[in-house]
Amino acid sequence: MSRMILTTSALALFAVSATAATARDQVQVAGSSTVLPYATIVAELFGENTDFPTPVIESGGSSAGLKRFCDGVGENTVDIANASRRIKDSEIAVCQANGVNDIIEVQIGYDGIVFASDIEGAGFAFTPTDWYKALAAEVVVDGKLVPNDVTLWNEVNPDLPAQEIATFVPGTKHGTREVFDEKVIEQGCKDSGALAELEALAGEEAGKLCTSLRTDGRAVEIDGDYTETLARIASNKDGIGVFGLSFYENNTAKLQVATMSGIAPSTETIASGEYPVSRPLYIYIKQAHLGVIPGLKEYAEFFISDDIAGPGGPLAEYGLVPDPELAATQAVVADEALMN
Amino acid sequence: MSDRLRFEDPRPGSLLERSDRTARRSAAEARFRAYGLGAVLIGILALAMLLTSVLSSGLGAFRQAYLHVPIYLSEAALDKSGTRDVEDLKKVTTIGYGKVIAAALNNAVARAGIVVDGLTDKEIADLISREAPAQFRNMVLADPDLLGQTVEVPILANGRIDGYLKGRVTMETAALDSNVSPRQLQLADAMIQRGLMSLDFNRAFLIAPDASDQRPEAAGLGVAILGSAYMMLIVLVLALPIGVAASIYLEEFAPKNRLTDLIEVNIANLAAVPSIVFGILGLAIFINFAGLPQSAPMVGGLVLTLMTLPTIIIATRASLKAVPPSIREAALGVGASRMQAVFHHVLPLAAPGILTGAILGLAQALGETAPLLLIGMVAFVREFPDAPPEGLFDPASALPVQIYNWTQRADPAFVERASGAILVLLAFLLVMNAAAILLRRRFERRW
Repeated sequence: MSRMILTTSALALFAVSATAATARDQVQVAGSSTVLPYATIVAELFGENTDFPTPVIESGGSSAGLKRFCDGVGENTVDIANASRRIKDSEIAVCQANGVNDIIEVQIGYDGIVFASDIEGAGFAFTPTDWYKALAAEVVVDGKLVPNDVTLWNEVNPDLPAQEIATFVPGTKHGTREVFDEKVIEQGCKDSGALAELEALAGEEAGKLCTSLRTDGRAVEIDGDYTETLARIASNKDGIGVFGLSFYENNTAKLQVATMSGIAPSTETIASGEYPVSRPLYIYIKQAHLGVIPGLKEYAEFFISDDIAGPGGPLAEYGLVPDPELAATQAVVADEALMN
Repeated sequence: MSDRLRFEDPRPGSLLERSDRTARRSAAEARFRAYGLGAVLIGILALAMLLTSVLSSGLGAFRQAYLHVPIYLSEAALDKSGTRDVEDLKKVTTIGYGKVIAAALNNAVARAGIVVDGLTDKEIADLISREAPAQFRNMVLADPDLLGQTVEVPILANGRIDGYLKGRVTMETAALDSNVSPRQLQLADAMIQRGLMSLDFNRAFLIAPDASDQRPEAAGLGVAILGSAYMMLIVLVLALPIGVAASIYLEEFAPKNRLTDLIEVNIANLAAVPSIVFGILGLAIFINFAGLPQSAPMVGGLVLTLMTLPTIIIATRASLKAVPPSIREAALGVGASRMQAVFHHVLPLAAPGILTGAILGLAQALGETAPLLLIGMVAFVREFPDAPPEGLFDPASALPVQIYNWTQRADPAFVERASGAILVLLAFLLVMNAAAILLRRRFERRW
């Protein structure tokens, strides 16, 4: 008798597993840890104000999220990838190889990248050139490539305080790093004239030489989240960390922010384009899942609605810089317009 | 004669005086005792440090600042049609409710006669958690008759205000903080004096779901505890029978040959495999191949089952081995079959050891995060899973995962939450380990 009960319950379990596997009623999202706070705020409001269940949101980085997104089409794959950078051609190719042909690209707003140090320490006014000169692995001296050996910020730029160079930059798995490389290091490389010298010296390798950072402990790569960077600064008061604007705004009691090229970061200066280091944030939607996963389109529309992503909405309040072209983005989602 | 000679100390010396050699020997023993004591003390010190740091930052999570102000649920604002139709009521979003609550709080502050220079209406409204509008909206949707009435329920205070009551936020930090102003803290002081705000026991921490970065004060462990419970259920239901069956076969029935030796080595090996490997396996087999849903306790439970099996098999085999052969022989001697001997005599005697092993295996599985990373359980989940069996396939979080998640959040209030969650996890582990020790003490037989 007991054996029979055991067998039937085991059979029932498998039967249930077979049926459950074909019915998912909540949206699943994976991707960027920068987008995560915004996505959770939207998901929370979406779950509270609609009859749809709250979407499930995973983080882990833009690249990891896009990889999961491109795993294929079906209920056991994610519906949306959050990304703090644009999807790469190589990733689109992987997507297509796995049958994810139709992707909708939605730009949800802009995020600023800020440079912050301990609240008790000295204030900084940086330019991209300062960062390049402080962090480049090798610099050109007298027509030769030599390892960078500056140790104090005032050796890079006399206007900066005489403080040890100790920086915490995002690891390469973060989308933030790409923006940092492009808008700060490469820009500094160009502005300082180093790019021209490097091109004369190394030809095609110049671009790569520009963005290779020091490995002698002056530029520490942080693979974890901003909380780890914050902890590093707490233990090394000379440290300067790279953060997202919203993270800084939640920790203004511990951090002070540096200006970049004379502009202090704020939602206004980023929206106007004055503050140089910002990037758009994206969500990528799997078109094949629209109409299959309940609430997917509604979630996307809710995300970029004026009430949520517009000026004065909860996302802007948290630190997202609203996209001036929000109406165009809303049209993209409404028409389910695919990215080409 | 030779016997007497053997017992005599061959060296000269008095019994009353310690020889050098004895002195050296006792000194060596004293040194060893000191080392041993030192080792124990280091362990205790490390534990004490861990507990103090977790307790000092985590105990605050069990108390929460609540506002006690009457809220008038205005019909004009919340039910424009006046029909009390739930579908109509749903059209008013939490933003609409937020305005009603803000107005009510402003009223309450004015009525209490609290005056703080330069305090704006928005600053007063920001004293309340962003969770409160959802709380009232759900109340109204559940009981539309509340409209037009004045409701008085405890309302969550904003995380920064909560931090002020717990000493995490001070006037100095508030002056630098862009999310709270010293004026708001003065208002909070005045409200506490008038009994409009207090720190109460935080039941929601144990039963509420996770919350976004904008409302750390509302974040709770409900979904995580339920998810962990579901996974433990699956591990228990699957790993215990499979593990015990495998060990009984290997120990009592299987021939001792190369093949069983190989299996034995592999089981011991599996017990030492890093847990993330089981996560990779789970992703490949259960999600990509079998098509089970992501973030589901079912998949998490299956992965943890695989991880726990070797532990249970090793513990079970050890306790089966500990049953003296005489028991088996006596049973066989009076005519029992081998199966009868095992199930009627050996297994009951080995049961306490098996249960202890199973509980320790479960405790290990309860604290695992790494394998859950790959199967989508390290996620923001706010919906409670349904009751089993269907609920086993709904997305859920898990206790250690929730801790990991909260340590990554930007708002400093989550540090307290994470430490509080560690305390909850430690409490569960303590209960499980105590149960294991109790079982062993109570039922174990020695020969």
